[in-house]
Amino acid sequence: MNILVCAKQVPNTNEVKIDPVKGTLIREGVESILNPDDANALEEALKIKDKYEDVKITVLSMGPPQADDMLRECLAMGADEAILVSDRAFGGSDTWATSNTISAAIKNAGKFDIIFAGRQAIDGDTAQVGPQIAEKLGLPQVTYVQNFEINGDEVTVQRQLENGYEVIKVKTPVLLTTVKELNKPRYMNVKGIYDACEKEIQVWGVNDIPVDKETIGLKASPTKVFRSFTPAPKGKGVMLEGSLKEKVNALMSGLKQKHII
Amino acid sequence: MENINQYKNVWVYAEQRQEVITPVVFELLGEGKKIAKETGSELCAFLIGNNVASLANELIAYGAEKVYLAESPLLENYTTDGYAKVLSDAINEYKPEIVLYGATHIGRDLAPRIAARVNTGLTADCTKLEVDPEDKKLKQTRPAFGGNLMATIVCPNHRPQMSTVRTGVMEKSIRNEENNGTVINVNLKLVKEDIRTIVIEIVKHKKDMVSLTDAEVIVSGGKGLGCAEGFKMLKELADTLGGTVGASRAAVDAGWIENANQVGQTGTTVKPKIYFACGISGAIQHLAGMSDADFIIAINKNAMAPIFNVADYGIVGDVNEVVPMLIEAFTQYNNEKELA
Repeated sequence: MNILVCAKQVPNTNEVKIDPVKGTLIREGVESILNPDDANALEEALKIKDKYEDVKITVLSMGPPQADDMLRECLAMGADEAILVSDRAFGGSDTWATSNTISAAIKNAGKFDIIFAGRQAIDGDTAQVGPQIAEKLGLPQVTYVQNFEINGDEVTVQRQLENGYEVIKVKTPVLLTTVKELNKPRYMNVKGIYDACEKEIQVWGVNDIPVDKETIGLKASPTKVFRSFTPAPKGKGVMLEGSLKEKVNALMSGLKQKHII
Repeated sequence: MENINQYKNVWVYAEQRQEVITPVVFELLGEGKKIAKETGSELCAFLIGNNVASLANELIAYGAEKVYLAESPLLENYTTDGYAKVLSDAINEYKPEIVLYGATHIGRDLAPRIAARVNTGLTADCTKLEVDPEDKKLKQTRPAFGGNLMATIVCPNHRPQMSTVRTGVMEKSIRNEENNGTVINVNLKLVKEDIRTIVIEIVKHKKDMVSLTDAEVIVSGGKGLGCAEGFKMLKELADTLGGTVGASRAAVDAGWIENANQVGQTGTTVKPKIYFACGISGAIQHLAGMSDADFIIAINKNAMAPIFNVADYGIVGDVNEVVPMLIEAFTQYNNEKELA
């Protein structure tokens, strides 16, 4: 069985800070990580590989050359092969242009029974690229997968909803996007790290994949950033003083006075 | 792209589940009405399902001037393949200028699939929509980088302009029985083979959960609670106020409480009357989801915690000491009110 995992290197947004003067993102010193939902995608693929023979896992990422680190991490966790789709021509792509690029790269990489992708990446939080790749490859999709079972060419999954879940059956080939409730990603192991250093990561540029150049990058992207800004902070309120008992009393009288309660 | 001027009207995807309209649809109709007015066009709802015709009147009462109705036994339950085909075909046929979806687990599955099929842009999880007074194009604002940055997105040369919109952000439209509207039955080109997924069952959580979106009072807990047990205490406080329990990402990641309770950038955006932040430091992702609350009360051991920057009242102290005192104070307040 051939499994492809889509992965993205992202800045750890929990650490991103805003320059208070310029109002821009400070990216220096912010670590780059494997997108958390993508780690769940890879873990599920690895669980299949643990259980069955002849399972090959390919990890594919679109990004700058530095994404090599993240792909090596995926190899160290147990993936067999890694492909980095990287070219200046892809810069500034929105989700539509990104999915054109990635779906073309997947076609170039071969035939896959299951494509796993994280539900969304923490830098953009759009959750669009997974479904858009599925559309462009003509595959069925199930998003928000929180439970996964496979039986031959049939997959049964739980699709998370706000107030429960759906049980969905679908035949492979299929694209699934994963949420963190699905599993707990494993750590890299020593042998894996050693092997990962030895392995070659294929790097594909725009001329290596069957993509129409009019459908990629910033220029072809239907959406454009009109402007970006930092959210305005709300004015500071009152810090209650005294002992805890006094603070609680002050809170209660304040709430009554302002007719909040 | 063909002439974009052919595209007219504002469409709202009228998501329904088991013949119940998802609440965000009424918010989309409220916002859609404003946009339709400013662009000089009609507000239309697009309803997909089986035996859902009765819901069309409800959509009209909430302001839809036209309801496109797509009914078939094949559309009984939501499937990506079935619903995406019906709506994409209709977009190609009727050419709406704007299509709005709720950023629900269904909207976020359906909308990107359609955007890829009809080859247009889609802006995810919008918190603000505006019509440019000059060129009448839709300006769609959304949080990015975990809420550290807001971005306003436009889709200048492709149609329709499409957005998924966060629940609980836009103002709900007002129901009016007197409203008039027309229902248009959509011709379907759907066959059984188009749908490749089978919905075996739909399971709802047994416990009666007050939705965070509708809650008037939310008592949220974070890492400062120290353990899962702390949420029992928060539940007790919430109960005295008829509220519901929320949580920060840190508390959810620690496994203390379910994902469904998460407030913030990757959780739910909330707008309660009163929001208690208990042991929540106030990461920007959390603030993005709750700072629109009418009144915020923050309790934290660390006087420098960023949550105090958005709080109306701040109490520096250990939540495990303060919350029991609050439970006592509100219980007493309730008793007094009952006697009065």
